[in-house]
Amino acid sequence: MTPNLTYVVVVGVLFASGVILLLERSLTRVLMGMVLLANGVNVLILAGGRYGGPPIVGTTPQDEMSDPLPQAMILTAIVITLGLTAFLLALAYRSWRLVGHDEVQDDIEDRRIIERAERDIGPGGEDTDEEPAP
Amino acid sequence: MTALVPLPVVLPLLGAAVTLVLTRFPRAQRLVSLTALTAVLGVSVALLVEVSTNGTLVVAVGGWPVPTGIVLVADRFAALMLVVSAAVTLSVLVYSIGQGMADGNEETPLSIYHPSYLVLTAGVTNAFLAGDLFNLYVGFEILLVASYVLITVGATEDRVRAGTTYVVVSLLSSLIFLTGIGLVYAAAGTVNMAQLAGRLDALPSGLRLMLNCVLLLAFGIKAAVFPLSAWLPDSYPTALAPVTAVFAGLLTKVGIYAIIRVETLLFPGGPTPNLLLVLALLTMLVGILGAIAQSDIKRLLSFTLVSHIGYLLFGIGLASASGLSAAIFYTVHHITIQTTLFLVVGLVERFGGSTSLDRLGGLASLSPLLAILFFLPAMNLAGIPPFSGFLGKLGLIEAGVAAGGGLPWALVAAGLATSLLTLYAVARVWNLAFWRRPPAAPFEAGLPGLMVASTVALVVGGLALTVLAGPLFDVTFDAATELLARAPYVEAVRAVSAR
Repeated sequence: MTPNLTYVVVVGVLFASGVILLLERSLTRVLMGMVLLANGVNVLILAGGRYGGPPIVGTTPQDEMSDPLPQAMILTAIVITLGLTAFLLALAYRSWRLVGHDEVQDDIEDRRIIERAERDIGPGGEDTDEEPAP
Repeated sequence: MTALVPLPVVLPLLGAAVTLVLTRFPRAQRLVSLTALTAVLGVSVALLVEVSTNGTLVVAVGGWPVPTGIVLVADRFAALMLVVSAAVTLSVLVYSIGQGMADGNEETPLSIYHPSYLVLTAGVTNAFLAGDLFNLYVGFEILLVASYVLITVGATEDRVRAGTTYVVVSLLSSLIFLTGIGLVYAAAGTVNMAQLAGRLDALPSGLRLMLNCVLLLAFGIKAAVFPLSAWLPDSYPTALAPVTAVFAGLLTKVGIYAIIRVETLLFPGGPTPNLLLVLALLTMLVGILGAIAQSDIKRLLSFTLVSHIGYLLFGIGLASASGLSAAIFYTVHHITIQTTLFLVVGLVERFGGSTSLDRLGGLASLSPLLAILFFLPAMNLAGIPPFSGFLGKLGLIEAGVAAGGGLPWALVAAGLATSLLTLYAVARVWNLAFWRRPPAAPFEAGLPGLMVASTVALVVGGLALTVLAGPLFDVTFDAATELLARAPYVEAVRAVSAR
């Protein structure tokens, strides 16, 4: 089996653009990145199988058939991606309804560290280990 | 007996379908869920007995010939994990039913809760039984999709924020896993694990290492191995108490289960065990240092969860029968104890109105029962003799000493230090929340009987692990030798494909 160059290039482009979008802050863009990555993976699986005619008995001689197993796997993966895309869209919409944007926010620990850093740099620039009164 | 093998997956899925139809009848829903999960527990115990006497059971689902179709494989390790997960999910279900009945369905919208919970169970059992990589992926997806619903249930601002991180990180790990499957298929021409066990050995070592690392990366995110663990302490604590409990107990362990399968069945003898040992060291220490810095009990426990994943990796990384056996024992112990602790914290939250150590106080005098329920699993987690936590750590440390060499000794030291620091972390919770003078106006709400009863059952279950440690260690040792031998698994699947 020889890898098909078109597949390889398509996988590369989809992965690269998917990763770039994944690094964005807005959940909708993250979602786009996920969809691109998922399609990249699907093409990758397809590229791993044998190339040939449609794998239906009667239309193609048996040794010229393409490998049907990756296609079955991709079908499953597509269905799963569809469901998750719908869920992420709902999540982004819910976030927009609740806070007016769909940006992925810093986690609690990060925010605490930022607050602490801002406090330490404050008047005098001294390090204070004391917690603020609740 | 092979008819039993698909039941742990089929029963909860059927239950999920029925409960979805019964959304308007909460009482019938509860009955269906309880019946389904009790049946799963019964079937799992029967499977464990059958498998440990007569060897691995294999089922070709739907009658497809084996390397092409889906196989479900129940060996000792899978059956043991099934029993523990079934027991834990059943207890947590009882707990959440108690909570839902007490709250009048306001906090827990039961109509979605029950179907999602059953689907989650089906995903976990499917992952344990999966005989090929792609079915393992499907199992992961089933449980993850259910977990996305459960972690954002109610869709408050906090849960949407935490849920977003959780969903995006989990999705990425799933895509990495799928990439791994695509690459494995391209390299070996199959995804059946028994067949892969033979074919992967023949590949060039560099390619093998690359495939191994892609799969480890995917499972490492799911199992919350440092440095891939940052998502966990941030997302788990915001969910409902029973949801956090079952996630903390089970989901990371499914990742560990997959790592064990990959390391023993697919890629034994590679250079990755040493990598796992280094990661184990870092996971233990970074996790527990994070726990010490927390002022919220739920977050603190989430960090101890990450830290104790390190112990499991330690056992896996030793790649010896005694190390693997101790890791499996520790997994059983940790699933039970971590779930129990999160359930107790759910009770604390109800009783004291908060999980913040700044606000709680005097719980030991206000509710001695709650104090006992926290104290026993907390000491168990820290590894105080004679609890199972001590026995598990002892097993790991013995295996580490037996392995010898610089890295295992460093891990023995780190394991002891982590144990000590865990004791410090839980003792801090004990001092502040339980022993301190009660606040001026304690919150003091009642505790529903069903929630307390299921927590008591799990605490007793945790203690039973101590009493039954001898027989349990026998079972885990058999499971570990079976895993390392590989042949029983491969032969059992081959026997079915020859039929």
